[in-house]
Amino acid sequence: MTRRPGIAETAALTAAGFAFFFAVWWGVAASGWLPRAVLPTPSDVATTFMALIRDPFAGYTFQQHLAASIGRYLMGFALAAAIGVPLGLLMGWFRILDDVVSPLFEAVRFIAPLAWVPFAALWFGTGIGGPIMIIFSGAFPPCVVSAYRGAKLVDQRLIEAAQTHGAGSLRVIAEVLVPGSLPSIISGLRVSAGLGWQSLVGAELIVVSAGVGYLMVQGQSNLATAIVMCGMIGIGAVGFAIDVALRFVERRIKAQWSPA
Amino acid sequence: MSGISFKGVTKRFGGRDGEVLAIDRVDLEIADKEFVAICGPSGCGKTTLMRMAAGLDFPSEGTVAVGGKAVRGPGPDRAVVFQQFALLPWKTVKENIGFGLKCRGVPAAEREREVMRYVELMGLTGHENAYPHQLSGGMQQRVAIARSSVLQPDVLLMDEPFGALDAQTRVVMQEELIHLARRNPRTVLFITHSVEEAVYLADRVVVMSRRPGRIQETIDIGATRRAENWEAQAIEDVMDRDSFIHFRTRIWKLLRHRDEAAAAAQRPARRA
Repeated sequence: MTRRPGIAETAALTAAGFAFFFAVWWGVAASGWLPRAVLPTPSDVATTFMALIRDPFAGYTFQQHLAASIGRYLMGFALAAAIGVPLGLLMGWFRILDDVVSPLFEAVRFIAPLAWVPFAALWFGTGIGGPIMIIFSGAFPPCVVSAYRGAKLVDQRLIEAAQTHGAGSLRVIAEVLVPGSLPSIISGLRVSAGLGWQSLVGAELIVVSAGVGYLMVQGQSNLATAIVMCGMIGIGAVGFAIDVALRFVERRIKAQWSPA
Repeated sequence: MSGISFKGVTKRFGGRDGEVLAIDRVDLEIADKEFVAICGPSGCGKTTLMRMAAGLDFPSEGTVAVGGKAVRGPGPDRAVVFQQFALLPWKTVKENIGFGLKCRGVPAAEREREVMRYVELMGLTGHENAYPHQLSGGMQQRVAIARSSVLQPDVLLMDEPFGALDAQTRVVMQEELIHLARRNPRTVLFITHSVEEAVYLADRVVVMSRRPGRIQETIDIGATRRAENWEAQAIEDVMDRDSFIHFRTRIWKLLRHRDEAAAAAQRPARRA
């Protein structure tokens, strides 16, 4: 068995990983092997980052772009959860719905969110609707799948016990199926939150106002690679923060929920 | 008036190698307020019979009726106590016991009164706000019995309810069930593979044969139980009585004899 490292040790190893990454990046960029305009150094990116925070680029400061992205993301994710979780539960409960929806869903869910970009723009426009639809298409499948699996894995005896004590369909769903599949739903929401955030850049390819993805597209068309990298770092950091927060929530709920 | 009536009940299960005949033409009439135990080896279809009375399974042929009405699905007039308790893990003892009353739309204040009455009756006082996983197996089964009994069902269906308990707890629960049944007589269909348990609890013991499940014999215990007043005695004293030993031996012989006959019938077939 391997020894479990302590918190201090873990932090030190994590820091070492980051240090190594930045050292290699700096080394390659400073070596002149690639032109500065193609591969900026970490300090170039840091300088650009400070400038983006201070002065507007493409109409807004970095914080404003980020806020626009987060707002868009939250709407897409909330929509996916609000439709996906109930749909998955109902598919797990009603055989007919399972037979009708499951095969269709299994095929559609493999289409990458990016593939929806042209249709999202055509059908829902480049304002609010289109980008939200792309985030939705990324976040939706794990919501459905986790609620469906959760409902299918609920102990059949609990359902029968509820039925023989007078519970109808609605009550079985509300008092047995939902609480019984909650751990699975929470895991699914965490995956969904991650995939939704990953779809953000794709969603903002078609945006014409603000957002980190929009900032990156504008940076790219100006050949400002440092700006693109700032966008990437922002997306990575926010995604990481979302995941850490949801992991925490997941652990709390599962600890409270475990029957044994 | 709520008896249970099985008429010509046959059950086949579809399997990979074709159909399996699980229950073969069972006729059984259980009178209102009668306590009947079905006893037999595993795979004899006794649990399936109970599930058909509960409306959780349906016969391939024949009819199952409760209170004169054909069973169409599960309902609170036929509450089931399961072997594995099947309590909702996210609900407290009180919420589990009150579940059926809530389904029935009983107002909260009245529900609380009824639930607490059964909490006391089943010896669960002090545990009413605990979650099932915090209780022992015996306590969990008390909660399950309370959850069904609080509904005052016409028919109580019990599927090896003490099968998952240790021997000592089991004996205590058997005594308590006898007392509960005397205080509140109702029709009970009790499934067990324990011969002693069946003889101790039931007015009538139905002995079933191995697959395909058929009724071998029905043995009347009720007259003897009442004449000798078993209910007023401790379980170990009842089990020591000649009459009890006589019943037990008779049922054991039925189960053994049947197995040997089946084995004998198979032997020449294997040689051929």
